[in-house]
Order: sequence, then structure tokens, then C-alpha cells
Amino acid sequence: MSGEFLIFMLLALIAIVGGVMMLNLTKVVHMVVALVFTFISVAGVYVMLSAEFIAVVQILIYSGAITIMMLFGIMLTRHNDNSEPKAGRIRKILIFLSILGFGLVFYLGIYNVEFTQEATTLHENNTEQIGLAIYSKYVIPFELTSVILLVALIGAIILAKRDDLEEADKE
Amino acid sequence: MSTVPISAYLTLALVLFCIGLYGALTKRNTVIVLISIELMLNAGNINLVAFSKFGMMPSIDGQVFALFAIAVAAAEVAVGLAILIAIYRNRKTVNVDEFDALKH
Repeated sequence: MSGEFLIFMLLALIAIVGGVMMLNLTKVVHMVVALVFTFISVAGVYVMLSAEFIAVVQILIYSGAITIMMLFGIMLTRHNDNSEPKAGRIRKILIFLSILGFGLVFYLGIYNVEFTQEATTLHENNTEQIGLAIYSKYVIPFELTSVILLVALIGAIILAKRDDLEEADKE
Repeated sequence: MSTVPISAYLTLALVLFCIGLYGALTKRNTVIVLISIELMLNAGNINLVAFSKFGMMPSIDGQVFALFAIAVAAAEVAVGLAILIAIYRNRKTVNVDEFDALKH
């Protein structure tokens, strides 16, 4: 067993334990913090796959921005209802069984996937390679991404903004 | 040559996807449903990056795709939370079971 495999196992263990803790904890804030472990260890998996830039982006966006935004969402909406309704027990078991079946089918499909080729130059100047690809081959999707981000920004502000006219009507 | 086979990465992504799917289908709090969807997107990104290293034609393209997926996921979270806050202002709840205005 090599060191690389050990590190992969450790990262995978932390990621899965974080996810399972998310499912089992009762307080909403604790669930979000448990998922931070998952996101950070996924960043470690990216480093193992020689994608350093994606790993840094993962830490910045997921375990930084998205988690903080989720925490703000929890804080702005009161969450004293951390007790689950009892009625959904059979439904939960059904969902669990069907997801188990789904996972088994996919595992049968992927457990002996093997490709002979392996990229060997991805880790050399990783960021430079990504930049060259984005600004030459993928320049149109890149510009469209900026449009999506702008639309999301405007949409989020308009949705979350308190409507002044409605407020005036109520008073 | 790497000692971790690609199937190990794919299996990790599959397990994370299943956890996210279970959370999205069973949890009642909208914030947790949103973050479970993020977990599923993250599992997809692991697959993209894994195939960019081990796939049929290994190249940088998979990592570029993962970057685009992350950007779209961030936009989705922003809009989702804005919708959540707008609903909370009108209905005073974040329980997904009570968002059933379109059913009646």
C-alpha cells in the first residue's frame, strides 16, 4: 500500500464522514459546518488529481463563500424547528432503499473502469494551462459565464430586496 | 504512474452524490436541501477532474469544465438563497413541505 493510496483513503474517509454527519446532526448550523470538512477534503482530492487551481478555487468558493452564505441564510431565517416530523419514516426508508439501488447499479458500472492513458503534464504550470484553454478554446463559454453571474447578481438583489411599494401599501 | 485507480475516485464521487441526494430528498430545511445539491454538484466536479487526468483523452478540458460548473453552482446558490429569503418573508417558514402554494 503506497502513501498516495493512504492519503486518498484518509481524504475519502473525511469527506464521507462529513457527509454522514451532515445527515445525522440535528442543528442546522452544525450540518453546514460538517459539510465544510467534506469540501476541504474534496479540495485535497483535487490536488491528488493534479488540479491545484481547482483545489484553491474549491476552498475559496465552496468552503469559503458558499458556506458563509448558507450560514447567513440560516441566521436570517429563524430555525427553531430542528425536530423532524415523525410521519416521514416509511418515506425515508423507501428513499434510502432506492438510493442504495441507484448507488449499487452505478457501482457495478464503474468498479472496474480502467483507462490505459494518464495525463502526465497536468501539474506543470497548471494555472497557465487553464488560462490558455479558457482564453483560446473556451472563450465563448467564459464570456457567457460572466453573463450568468451578472444575471444571478441582479436577480438575487431584486428577489431579496424588500419591495418599497408593498411596504407603503401595508402601512 | 499513479497508484490510485480511477475507479476509486469515481466511487468516492458516487458515495458523495448518494449522500447529497438522500439529504436533498429527506431534509425539511430549505438551506440544507440547497447545500445537499451543492454536494451533488461537487461530486460531479470530482468526476470531471478525474477524467481530465485518467480519461480516454486526458487533457486540461475537464478542469476547465469543473471551473464553469463551480461558477454556475455559485450563481445558483445566490439565486436560491434570495428566493428562500423572499419566501421566508411572506410565509415565515423554511420548511419545504409548507411551500405548496402551487399545489392548491
